[in-house]
Amino acid sequence: MNYPIWLIPALPLLGFLLNGLASLLYGAAQAQKRGEEWRKAHPDEGHGHDHGSHEAAHGAHDSHDAHGHDHGHHDTGPMLPWALRLFHGVVGVGTVGLATVLSFGILVPYAKSVMSNVEGARPIVETLYHWIQVGGLSIDIAFRIDALSALMLSFVTFVGTLIHLYSVGYMQAEAGYGRFFAYLNLFMFSMLMLVLANNLPMLFIGWEGVGLCSYLLIGYYYDKDFAAAAGKKAFVTNRVGDFGMVLGIFGILALFGTTDFSFVDMARQQQMASGTPLGVYAVCALLFLGACGKSAQVPLYVWLPDAMAGPTPVSALIHAATMVTAGVYLVARCSAVFLLAPDALTLVAWVGAGTAILAASIGLAQNDIKKVLAYSTVSQLGYMFLACGVGAFAIGMFHVFTHAFFKACLFLGSGSVIHALHHEQDMRAMGGLAKKTPATHLTMLVSALAIAGIVPFAGFFSKDQILGSAFAGGHYILFAVGLVTAGMTAFYMFRLYRMTFSGTYRGTPEQESHIHESPLTMTVPLWILGAGSVLTGFLGLPEVFGKNLMVEFLSPSVGKMHAHEVSHATEYLLMAVSLAVAGAGIFLAFKWYTGQDAKFTPGAAPEDIIASPAAHAFFEKTGTLGKVVANKWNVDEGIEALVLSPFRKIGTFLWRGFDALFIDGLVNASAFMVELTGDLVRFFTTGNVRNYALTFVLGVLGFTLYIWMR
Amino acid sequence: MPFPVSDLILIVPELFLTAVALGLLIYATVVSREKEGAIAWMALAALVLTGVLLFVPFSSVTSLPQIGFAGMFAVDKFSLFFKILILAAAAVTILFSLRFIGSSPYPGGEYYCLILLTTVGMLFMVSGVHLVSIYIALELMALSQYVLAGYFKQETKSIEAAAKYFVLGAFSSGVLLYGLSLVYGAARTLTLTGVAQALAASPKAPLFILGIILVACGLFFKIASAPFHVWAPDVYEGAPTPIAAFFAVGPKLAAYAIFARIFYSGFGPGSADWTVIVAASAALTMVVGNVGALMQENVKRLLGYSSIGHAGYALMGFLGYGTDFGLPALMIYLASYALMTLGAFGLVVMLETKGYAGESVDDFNGLARKNPTAAAAMLVFLLSLTGIPPTVGFIGKYYLFTSAMKAGWFWLALLGVLMSAVSLFYYFRIVRAMYLVDGEGELRWKEEPAVSAAVIACLAGTLLFGILPQPLVSWAKACLLN
Repeated sequence: MNYPIWLIPALPLLGFLLNGLASLLYGAAQAQKRGEEWRKAHPDEGHGHDHGSHEAAHGAHDSHDAHGHDHGHHDTGPMLPWALRLFHGVVGVGTVGLATVLSFGILVPYAKSVMSNVEGARPIVETLYHWIQVGGLSIDIAFRIDALSALMLSFVTFVGTLIHLYSVGYMQAEAGYGRFFAYLNLFMFSMLMLVLANNLPMLFIGWEGVGLCSYLLIGYYYDKDFAAAAGKKAFVTNRVGDFGMVLGIFGILALFGTTDFSFVDMARQQQMASGTPLGVYAVCALLFLGACGKSAQVPLYVWLPDAMAGPTPVSALIHAATMVTAGVYLVARCSAVFLLAPDALTLVAWVGAGTAILAASIGLAQNDIKKVLAYSTVSQLGYMFLACGVGAFAIGMFHVFTHAFFKACLFLGSGSVIHALHHEQDMRAMGGLAKKTPATHLTMLVSALAIAGIVPFAGFFSKDQILGSAFAGGHYILFAVGLVTAGMTAFYMFRLYRMTFSGTYRGTPEQESHIHESPLTMTVPLWILGAGSVLTGFLGLPEVFGKNLMVEFLSPSVGKMHAHEVSHATEYLLMAVSLAVAGAGIFLAFKWYTGQDAKFTPGAAPEDIIASPAAHAFFEKTGTLGKVVANKWNVDEGIEALVLSPFRKIGTFLWRGFDALFIDGLVNASAFMVELTGDLVRFFTTGNVRNYALTFVLGVLGFTLYIWMR
Repeated sequence: MPFPVSDLILIVPELFLTAVALGLLIYATVVSREKEGAIAWMALAALVLTGVLLFVPFSSVTSLPQIGFAGMFAVDKFSLFFKILILAAAAVTILFSLRFIGSSPYPGGEYYCLILLTTVGMLFMVSGVHLVSIYIALELMALSQYVLAGYFKQETKSIEAAAKYFVLGAFSSGVLLYGLSLVYGAARTLTLTGVAQALAASPKAPLFILGIILVACGLFFKIASAPFHVWAPDVYEGAPTPIAAFFAVGPKLAAYAIFARIFYSGFGPGSADWTVIVAASAALTMVVGNVGALMQENVKRLLGYSSIGHAGYALMGFLGYGTDFGLPALMIYLASYALMTLGAFGLVVMLETKGYAGESVDDFNGLARKNPTAAAAMLVFLLSLTGIPPTVGFIGKYYLFTSAMKAGWFWLALLGVLMSAVSLFYYFRIVRAMYLVDGEGELRWKEEPAVSAAVIACLAGTLLFGILPQPLVSWAKACLLN
């Protein structure tokens, strides 16, 4: 297999160009048609009237009020003609699918060679050209495949293709179908650039590219305020992280004199160009700040739940399976550097654990099906950082891998539910869907078991080894936090399951008659991802069960902290404990959410409807705390009070006190100076040749005198 | 002065272009007014062929530089770098002129002939290694320029521009020639290498110093740097727009080339005094150019002042004398300047239908809505002129400012950055007009394939070298003076 690696990202880029162009051309043609119709309807109005007001009026007519639901037929216009839809679908799915085939054509032989000769496995590096050469710094456009990027590449392309396929069915009624696929293709291009980059600046290009696509797709329903605001929130929050990321890249350059990933080997051999322990710590902390922004860790996680305003396939692809794991990838990529700064690793571990338990607790009390999954994602990302923080980078990446399958499956399943219920996202208005949507039900059940950590589903193996690594490293508090989070995860996932699939349907009979299973383009990806949620775990069996293929595969690329070995007996005990905790969570969810309940009335507290008496008693006792948890620990309010409000005050001061008085004063003064200079210039630029000649002579004399005086 | 006939091969491109120019002049007398477009295309073809001829005589000769005509004319990589840029600028000018001249009341024959003759002058200039050959080439260029500036002879503005340009140009030639004669008096030779040797022997001779100052002032006039810039806004405003574009780029390229050659090869080694004058002029030029542009309503005048400002930045390249950063920085910058300036002027040409209509800032109102592609192209050129990545203007400025700092002129680099900020203000007045102001009535706009092609070429270069500067940088570094 000898084709260039660059083809892999180039294909989605081509898809983006084709889809975007077709979409633009069609849009322009439609706008012209509308304009002509409008002109026919208003023959008496002058031509001087510009198009803007007309289009604005048209837009206002089309857009309905926002419901807080992520998609609908009622959005921005009629469905596209079938031929155009076919084009967008074929180009969108086809380019990504082809990229996947190419990827596996490279990956499979590479993986074989790595597994047969772990020590001798060399990364494949393909340099296209030298991008920037300044002094000693050379930044190449170069692609790299090593164990780490191979792992990322495999699930990014595979899951990406499935989600593209799913979107064909899910988005078919959308007027923005072409735009959607264009952005989705652009996202794939950026993500592949991020994964395949051979140096940090190129990784950063992909990093910003996926951020841009995330923004564009969160705000896909741009005519709705909440979606536009959510996109902005994601973008701004990520800027905070990116500022750290950029400084971190500069730091790496300062430490190692290169931004090429060869710095990883230098770090492994402790060959630094310069740097103190504090410097290394600072660089790691800055890179981690970038990772926190992209991977939604405390305190920068607030954008991810809001990002659910985007269409569900976007939530599945970008905000669950791929983009948000880029931060973990970055930390794993720089693992050798982090190992030089143990304090930075401690920071990573604590932030990860804190995020895991905080997000899981919020997930306990959410009623929007996508919000539950969003907080679950934040929480699972926390687990991944916890793994990295205790030095088990390979295990963290393993969890990234398994999570991509079961979380994508959960999101697509929720999308299927939302699709079936005509855009209902409130779980209080669901119930009894198990029989009506059997494929969705079964695949979601499997992936819920996986995320809850029930043996032998994928999540069990990865999560259990994270907890095991924390325990083995002597981080007992982190271990305990992780264990409690595991219990919470099991509870909220099966709360979701019970509220959605068990019992009887809580909507009107009229709505009930419309419930339908999704089309094949949507269920096939669900089945495949469901199968992945069962099987992928076996790639990383714990040591007691045999060979851990995943850890062995990744060992040439990521660092590992030397950990104390724990006995097999302890390992079995840990597994039993984590299974017991997960089981308890599921048990409680089944006991409290019986599914035998009244009809849904909007605005009612959820527990009034579906929770059992025992649960009610518990909720009454927790009272205020429960409300605070349900309101996401008031974090948004806290940020408003502690960060935004002071900033607004500073801003007001700067505006009134500094800008209006000082800056404007300065500007006015300089404008006065400029005017004065202008007068002076005008005095000489009279348009009179004699004066021009005079300035010339003065110039010559001036320079001569200047030299003379020196 | 005797020279071997084989030396003629060195000036084959120049001879060819001269022959075509004269041939076209004769052809123009027999061709009808309607068919003058053919002259333009022939001139264009001649420029392209000349570009090819630049390389043909040396395909077998690997050893550049070649010097001929008793040490008066050199073909080296440095001159080839500038010749290619100059030929490209002339070609773009012709593309700009096709409709502009075709729809004007003035005949096209002499016009294209004069452009070619100006070009011949410039080609000889950049190859000159002898004070007299440089001066004569410069006069060939300048005389053709005066006529071109006044080509719209019914328009007062055009005539005024020509008259001013001629009087002041003659004045500056006088100063330059006086300077050259003083240098000759001191060095007793006119070849640059000879001057360099003589200067090394007696670096403090007053005749030399005065000569150097006068030569510098004469050349400052040609590149329109302060305080010898006063003619530029008037001439740019009055001259036909394609000619203004040509003046802003072609003659400046040639002037920078001979400045570099005279001062690096001739005056360089002996006396470092001239860097002080260059720095002073650079500082003054940046301030005058950028501040002067702030309040201009006429886009051509605005671009005229802006090109004065750019002359100030470019002068910083000379300060890097002796470091390995100065000359390549200047050359990279000039290439980038040519691309973005020609592009911006191209859009002004497109906006004009007849005479001087459509050249005020207000004429750009609402362009973004009526022709988003053109507005976007203008935006790129303006960003590039400001020096914002990922455009080639950023790369050019980056190298220039680095060069100034490496040579120890920190305050000058700082002033350059500050003045770039000022320039953003007036460039973005055009952007504001294009994007934020609604245009009234129909936009005067004529789509034209020739101008569009030229603008697209400039746009491609501006963006391509902005993102991938390495080829340009390597090319400039390979073409230094030796």
